[in-house]
Amino acid sequence: MFAASPHSFAQGNVLTIAPPDKLIAKAGATAEARLKVELRTGYHCNSNTPSDEYLIPLKLTWTPGALEVGEVVYPKPQMEKYSFSEKPLSVYTGDFEIVTHFKVPAGAAFGDTVIPAKLRYQACTERMCLPPKTVDVSLPVNIVK
Amino acid sequence: MICAGIVSTGCSSPRSVRAAAQSEKDRKKAPDFSLKDATGATVKLSEYRGKVVLLNFWATWCGPCQIEIPWFIDFQQQYKDSNFAILGVSLDDDGWKSVKPYVEKKKINYRVMIGTEELSQLYGGVDSLPTTFIIDREGRIASKHEGLISKSDYLSEIVDLLKTKSDDNETNVPKRSASWNFVRGFPAFLRAR
Repeated sequence: MFAASPHSFAQGNVLTIAPPDKLIAKAGATAEARLKVELRTGYHCNSNTPSDEYLIPLKLTWTPGALEVGEVVYPKPQMEKYSFSEKPLSVYTGDFEIVTHFKVPAGAAFGDTVIPAKLRYQACTERMCLPPKTVDVSLPVNIVK
Repeated sequence: MICAGIVSTGCSSPRSVRAAAQSEKDRKKAPDFSLKDATGATVKLSEYRGKVVLLNFWATWCGPCQIEIPWFIDFQQQYKDSNFAILGVSLDDDGWKSVKPYVEKKKINYRVMIGTEELSQLYGGVDSLPTTFIIDREGRIASKHEGLISKSDYLSEIVDLLKTKSDDNETNVPKRSASWNFVRGFPAFLRAR
């Protein structure tokens, strides 16, 4: 499930993603998928727009499939000050949602399918960091008339 | 008890892990390694026998590492002639592409290498960054620190180890004045760690 880094750090699941609900998508219309993410207490991850050039952003990347991927909307970041940073950092903590807008082609084949994605993130605490990690996501989709 | 694998061992707290310097009889030999530094020169740990070595695993994306690096630059400047050396091992996935510009921008004055999975495993698995080993003059691991600790903690360990005589070298106690004054003036929230 987790993509291995060239440096195999032992790492638990400090970030978990709830299995997404099946998306009922009407051919020729738009659809919206919500990905519920939870970070373990005490941890933060960089937002999709980190404050420092060296920090690794959170990024959700969908694999092109039956649906056309539109905008990926990340939650508003929190600006948090940590002892290791001179200025507040743009981060996410706790529970948050990432929303993706899809367009369903008029000629899409009806029925069930799965749209895969990868969520890349890098988490830290006040005093240490875990290496960047990529988590596989599968969105079940049912395309209807 | 030292909780060595902050996440994987089920330690619920995200606090850093500190290990006090081990007594001499309990110290294990630091695994030798050979890596290239930014200039292409070979860095072999065993060639540092007789020196106290601070071996720091870090990465450019690691915020707490960015706090320590200026301390290490200061230590290197202060003690480079006192049988002391710092070796920085970056675990950036893209290697020198990220690390070289960072080293230049931050004016890192100690030797930096790109780490390997084998090296991490040799050192018991590096689960989080920063992870720092203090190696005594006999080439043994005196302490391991996972996560950010204070500059004064590092400094006191280094100074203590430099006081000890090695087989090959005379005792070399560094001058205290400048750095100890600095430590005394260090913010209490970091000194207390």
